[in-house]
Amino acid sequence: MSKTNLTRRGLLKTGAGTGAALAMPTIFSGAAWAASHSGFTNAPGDSSVTLGFNVPQTGPYADEGNDELRAYLLAVEHLNGEGDGGMMSTFTSKSLDGTGILGRKVNYVTGDTQTKSDAARASAKSMIEKDGAIMISGGSSSGVAVAVQGLCQEAGVIFMAGLTHSNDTTGKDKKANGFRHFFNAYMSGAALAPVLEKTYGADRRAYHLTADYTWGWTQEESIVASTEAMGWQTVEKVRTPLAATDFSSYIAPVLNSGADVLVLNHYGGNMVNSLTNAVQFGLRDKQVNGKNFEIVVPLYSELMAKGAGKNIEGVFGSTNWSWKLQDPGTLAFVKSFGTKYGFPPSNAAQTCYAQTMLYADAVNRAGSFNPCAVVEALEGDSSSLPGIDSAANHGFVFDGLGNGQTMYRASDHQCFKDVLVMKGKSNPDNEYDALEIVEVTPVKQVWYEPDHPMFAGGDLGACNPGA
Amino acid sequence: MLGLNKKDALLFMIVALLVGIAPFLLNPFPEGSSLGQMFNAGYPDLMQRFVIFGILVIGFNILFGLTGYLSFGHAAFLGIGSYSAVWMFKLLGYNIVPAILLSVLVSGVFSLLIGFIALRRTGIYFSILTLAMAQMCFNLAYSVLGNPNSNFNLTNGETGLQVYGNDPQYLMSEGSREIPHLFGLAMRDSYQWEISGWLFTFNTGYYLSGIIMLVAFYLSIRIFRSPFGLMLRAIKSNKQRMNYTGLNARPYALAAFVISGMYAGLAGGLLSSMDPLAGAERMHWTASGEIVIMAILGGVGTLVGPILGSGFIEYFKNILSKINDSLLHQWLSWLPDGLEDGIVWVLHFFVGKGWQLTLGVLFMLVVIFLPGGLVEGGQRVGRLFRRKKGGADGASAKQPAE
Repeated sequence: MSKTNLTRRGLLKTGAGTGAALAMPTIFSGAAWAASHSGFTNAPGDSSVTLGFNVPQTGPYADEGNDELRAYLLAVEHLNGEGDGGMMSTFTSKSLDGTGILGRKVNYVTGDTQTKSDAARASAKSMIEKDGAIMISGGSSSGVAVAVQGLCQEAGVIFMAGLTHSNDTTGKDKKANGFRHFFNAYMSGAALAPVLEKTYGADRRAYHLTADYTWGWTQEESIVASTEAMGWQTVEKVRTPLAATDFSSYIAPVLNSGADVLVLNHYGGNMVNSLTNAVQFGLRDKQVNGKNFEIVVPLYSELMAKGAGKNIEGVFGSTNWSWKLQDPGTLAFVKSFGTKYGFPPSNAAQTCYAQTMLYADAVNRAGSFNPCAVVEALEGDSSSLPGIDSAANHGFVFDGLGNGQTMYRASDHQCFKDVLVMKGKSNPDNEYDALEIVEVTPVKQVWYEPDHPMFAGGDLGACNPGA
Repeated sequence: MLGLNKKDALLFMIVALLVGIAPFLLNPFPEGSSLGQMFNAGYPDLMQRFVIFGILVIGFNILFGLTGYLSFGHAAFLGIGSYSAVWMFKLLGYNIVPAILLSVLVSGVFSLLIGFIALRRTGIYFSILTLAMAQMCFNLAYSVLGNPNSNFNLTNGETGLQVYGNDPQYLMSEGSREIPHLFGLAMRDSYQWEISGWLFTFNTGYYLSGIIMLVAFYLSIRIFRSPFGLMLRAIKSNKQRMNYTGLNARPYALAAFVISGMYAGLAGGLLSSMDPLAGAERMHWTASGEIVIMAILGGVGTLVGPILGSGFIEYFKNILSKINDSLLHQWLSWLPDGLEDGIVWVLHFFVGKGWQLTLGVLFMLVVIFLPGGLVEGGQRVGRLFRRKKGGADGASAKQPAE
């Protein structure tokens, strides 16, 4: 009895949803969506809306995850009109006014991804199925982000990626319902290579230690490509398990390999441990091929710098953002984060805060929570970044969220903005001051076409509003 | 009935009834209330997990409960089943029948191989051998066979194996559904019944898994009561004496190992059918450990214990890990301020990321006070009611603090 009932209903719902999606021409402006407050997964009621924050609270990326969570809570406060409003005042899109999203109070649920794809999907599923979350955000591991992004696409909710740096997230695994504000491995390579060449010269032999999952692979690929392009040789590429905590057995062979640069494609707790091991083995005091042995950490974070302490002195890396920038958005965000928690935010925190604001703003501009309306709003009105001559240069352009002028590219849902090259400071004033900005690499230098070989093979597909 | 004696038939009926009305039982609090937000477990994903892990532990119990061989690598078969199912989705299409058949078959083959080697030893050596085999499977899946840049990418590494738009899917025709389904009946489809604040969800995938679990449960009862089951028990009680009477114990143990491996594969296949992504973590040794804990918690060697144990652990894993401080504050807001903050401060260590601590404490309590697992707890309560003369006061004092 209930079986037939259920299939028919399910079919009708899906059919109606698909029909509505197809019938709606994509050129509709936001106002057209305002009428439809149903027909998509987890349509919120009139008084409140629930967002799901899915971050690693345990595992190798737990520090980053907990900092992301702090940023989410701050963003929710600001959206609901509590606190000092943070970057809401500097954000160039002015649709947010502290009354929640579309007049609905913002509630949130949290979950622990444990830095495992399976656990992250289970947690995201319970947010969607049990708590009625209309948007899932979070990350800190690209494997997890890719897995959860796929789930959100199937379930018909929006995924606003947090910290995920793999090329695949907006490359071969890109999805219409997923968006990434953070930069990626390709951009790291493009920004770092010129600085490395200037400092260490064009004749170097690099040894890669790489975290064995999607992020590590794509970062290794990107760094190898950009350093080999300027004349470096790659001696060896060694994969290390994500769950590893002791890297001594991987460091020892580096000494006898004839390499004079060690590239650590590690992040979070992994990087803290591998860098500490490398320094303990005395790598940095070595002379190889008549040159000083150097270490490079392509993806940096303030939390890792804090964890590694003195060992990161003089080590180059790249970040998405730094609390030391002096633009009004950064100043406002650092002030409200510092007031609430007593220390400056990491770049993982900034990207999560920005993603929450961008989502809220997109819903307000679209006038609907319908995922397809939100996708349309985030893909923008084909405005473009100045100075880049490309057919793909169109999307939603904004400023005031700390990264300068930024564009959500319509063709792959990746944000394009300036990238920071950082260096471990020699005499930090305190533990949050461990990194200094070497160079702000302009967006033009890190630009790539959507069909670049490192990103090819994916298909954005159509937005899915669910049943 | 169906070859079961009266007692077993009654047990089977009770389990079937519980599976049927689980959507009501698991949602005891109204939708939207803070208690409901915390403790309601009647959403499709978790209900599916209850029955699927039930199948897994029922199978494990056939090996561990009857023969006493403690396999510490059962998660490997779960993972192998999951990968097989996703490969069927990738190659043939989203119908779950070939997926589940292949997952049972492949995990059967693997358990035959692993069992053949591991069963040369008994006791702790057997456990270590299975653990080592499972870790090898994990590492192969996680790294060696999972590099997307190599030509032979079987498992897609840490990201997990999933279906892509450009996969062949030879049996997919125009109009077939793009999500796992049973001849058009999608696993994700649910019927929601809203009644004065309560919301009950009836999910296709859950009921399908539930029916399969009942079949698995029925088979396990038949095995427990069969002459074959008696042989397995003989292995557990005294293998040497069995050998002296002229019986070779190893084929029986191997058969039990393969059967329980196939149960695990079936569970893996179902897991993938509910959510078409297979990650290597489900083969990790901690996952194997969890299966052992589920079995011990429920009651080793009992019929219904595995189902209780897996439900218990899955509930705590999914519910406790999602409670955060702001929810606790909401829930305890009726208390005076200082007291509220104090209690939340204490509870903070037991919920959210501290859920494993809570689970550990509960596991210790059960093992210390109820060595027979939750089933023994149930029996003790049952005995209480049966001999009413004893009086409620004296008896309740004996109850362990749960």
